Amino acid sequence: MSAPEATAGGRRNDRLRRRKIVNRLMEGLAWLAAAIAVAILGIVVFSVARKGASELNLNLLTKPPVPFAPPDVAQGLGNAFIGTLIIVGIATVIALPVGILIAIYVSEFAGPWVKNAVTLTLDVLNGIPAIVIGIFVFGLIVVGRGQSGFAGGFALSILMLPLVARSTMEVLALVPNSLREASLGLGVPRWRTTLSIVLPQTIGGVVTGATLAVARVAGETAPLLFTSSIVGNQINWNPHHALQTVPVAIFELSESPSPDDHARAWAAAFVLMMFILFASLGARWLATRSRRKLMAR
Amino acid sequence: MSTIESALRVETKRAPLPPRERLEQVFDIEGLNAIYGAKPAVKGVTMEVYKNLVTAIIGPSGCGKSTFIRCLNRMNDLIPGFRQEGTIRYHGQNIGGNDVDPVAVRRTIGMVFQRPNPFPKSIYDNVAWGLRVLRMKDSLDERVERALTQAALWDEVKDRLKASGLSLSGGQQQRLCIARAIAVEPDVVLMDEPASALDPIATQAIEQLMHDLKNEYSFVIVTHNMQQAARVADMTAFFSISTGGEGARWGELIEYDDTTKIFTAPSDKRTEDYVTGRFG
Amino acid sequence: MSTLDATTESTRRLSGRRVHLGDLILQLVAGAATLAALVLVFLIVWKVIDGARPAIEQFGVGFVTHVGWDPVKQVFGAGSFLFGTAVTSLVALLLAAPLSLGIALFLTELAPGAIRGPVTALVETLAAIPSVVIGLWGILVLGPVLSDHVEPFLHDTLGFIPLFGTPGSGSSMFTAIIVLTIMILPIVSSISRELFLGVPSELKEAALGLGTTRWEMVRGVMFPYARGGIAAALILGLGRALGEAIAVTQVIGAFVGIQWNLFSPGDTLASRIAAEYQGATSNLEVASLIYLGLILLVFSLLVNLLAQWIVRTVARRQGLAS
Repeated sequence: MSAPEATAGGRRNDRLRRRKIVNRLMEGLAWLAAAIAVAILGIVVFSVARKGASELNLNLLTKPPVPFAPPDVAQGLGNAFIGTLIIVGIATVIALPVGILIAIYVSEFAGPWVKNAVTLTLDVLNGIPAIVIGIFVFGLIVVGRGQSGFAGGFALSILMLPLVARSTMEVLALVPNSLREASLGLGVPRWRTTLSIVLPQTIGGVVTGATLAVARVAGETAPLLFTSSIVGNQINWNPHHALQTVPVAIFELSESPSPDDHARAWAAAFVLMMFILFASLGARWLATRSRRKLMAR
Repeated sequence: MSTIESALRVETKRAPLPPRERLEQVFDIEGLNAIYGAKPAVKGVTMEVYKNLVTAIIGPSGCGKSTFIRCLNRMNDLIPGFRQEGTIRYHGQNIGGNDVDPVAVRRTIGMVFQRPNPFPKSIYDNVAWGLRVLRMKDSLDERVERALTQAALWDEVKDRLKASGLSLSGGQQQRLCIARAIAVEPDVVLMDEPASALDPIATQAIEQLMHDLKNEYSFVIVTHNMQQAARVADMTAFFSISTGGEGARWGELIEYDDTTKIFTAPSDKRTEDYVTGRFG
Repeated sequence: MSTLDATTESTRRLSGRRVHLGDLILQLVAGAATLAALVLVFLIVWKVIDGARPAIEQFGVGFVTHVGWDPVKQVFGAGSFLFGTAVTSLVALLLAAPLSLGIALFLTELAPGAIRGPVTALVETLAAIPSVVIGLWGILVLGPVLSDHVEPFLHDTLGFIPLFGTPGSGSSMFTAIIVLTIMILPIVSSISRELFLGVPSELKEAALGLGTTRWEMVRGVMFPYARGGIAAALILGLGRALGEAIAVTQVIGAFVGIQWNLFSPGDTLASRIAAEYQGATSNLEVASLIYLGLILLVFSLLVNLLAQWIVRTVARRQGLAS
């Protein structure tokens, strides 16, 4: 072997080795990134679980807070849990029908121009920071009238709307046109076809979308600061008044210097997080199952 | 002897047609143009469809057969950008106009589609739902049984009426769709290639069905299978593709006559070319 | 009834009312809902402008650059918080970008089948954790760890850079940056993951068939193919960071002014609004807070529209559906 060939071959091997090292390095970094993500999730969930689960008892969910009470007095965040239930309930009652109607209009009645406009609007709406939505509802309803559970529910419904509408639109698009034709061909009017044949096919997807939307807003704090945060310590069921909510309670407790308050914040955070995780994972599992059923037909 | 002619010979069950002046007209179509956006799909169709007969529409793919038949029950209205010109008189009344309710039209002119599309409901409900919605709720059970019997499906499903319509085979599903369509007592049944997705045995069942139900309904069937038309139809209309300037293509009615005449002694050379298999 | 009578009867029913009442009602009601959604965005913008009006009239556009927030003198300005927003969001994006892309690449190219599903689910779960819970963890767990260990280390080694000044308590811009990074991570990585999954395997195989390493294929084929979508994902992540009020206000402390030490407290547009809303001393201060909200709204709308535009142009070019 003459000298130049040997070096050329050697250089090529060097280059190849270097490229392989770079490749290995990048793969390692990718593994590291994934590990970091998993680790962060694990750390956060673990912290909340460890600190929260120990403080967990039924009182947390049922008893109202009693500030400055001695440690033996039973107290909890009952007002916050009930308030969240009511306010998220109001938000769902507003957002679900409106979102479904929007999806029906876009899917069954509108032309492509309207469809693009609506999709863009929903995406834009989705991107507006929750705190700005809070300011909006504050200016619209709270000014002059005071805070209320209704105002809080309305603010959360704005956050839910794009999620519900989008997911319903997706499921409506999955319903085959042949089904609509079958019904219309019989002489059944449009509205009956939509409500009795098309919509029932989408129930799984709608439930999934609604559940994911609920999971998203159950933990929202910012809009509630403006609409339902000035509350007393009693358990209140009346949405005409401002109601305490779990995220706002956690927020307030987290800013307090008292370790007892922190403990209760961890416990509430644990319950909230568990609820949201179960709802999200449950909804996603339902979604894959119903999508598989629709495809198989 | 060509296969068509042998098919015609076998089909002696078909009674000879009375002279056309004595037949009652169901459709009187004049100068029908069907246009998607700017492109005409079908131009200048003029023909009559007669009561209690099976009328077949044959022709090569792309000649507008489906578009034509869907004009007859205003199904094309569902396609954005569609426009219809000319007249379609149904028992004397123009059903192509803007003052006519397409939903009412579809109640008396039913349709069976190319791919079976039963509702995701039980077999019973597939037939009963239309009856309920269209306010024909009296003697529901009897009506369902009658429709399923006429569709030659009753014996196969009478013990499992609660089973899902989708659990049936392709041929059974299509017969279920036929039962669903005839349950609401239409006057005419339009069939858009009803057997093209089915196997020969299922196809034969549907052809037999049409023959047996002719005295109650009038059938208009689109088929790409000439032998089927020869077997089953009393009158046959042959459509073909015409071309024009700038690559324009549209469908036209070339010839419409007794099936026997179309297949043995067609007047137009294009018809003859098609039925003898020289093209298409 | 003879057949002739029956057909005449049925044809008589054909003409007449062309539109069904039910169709009309459904279309009207559904159309009204759609219109409401379209109007809502404009209503939000209008109402926010309306709420900020006293401050706009008082301070004009100078509000945007004025650094200072003085309830005593009743002079307010957004400059300090624009700085805080810019620093925290951009640095968080800088940190989150490589991490998210790494995770996405891992999930699409490297992960063995068994862990692909669970890890994907885990990353998406990170998105589901409410910001107030991350903020709580930030105050009580992350903050102390950062201020006790990480910040002194960074100050000792890199203290010559003004960014890494004297460490303070757990409440600092640095903690906020880490928190924001955690929040941006799931969004950018899940969008990037879908983008990478959409790269046609023929392109990838073409590169690999030439003898390139996997990394070279990623760099040469996948990144260029997906670059539009990645840009959109990053911009959407930025939008998330801009708008985050709660977790940031929990960990960033409070500060008015411009200073470059990441380890001391700061404030962003969103966090200022959240922090001061309940303690606002006057109508002018409330209006000024809403003015901050208006600036935030304008930024997030611009960012969002930019991302949507990228998605729609890139998607159209590549024939993808968004």
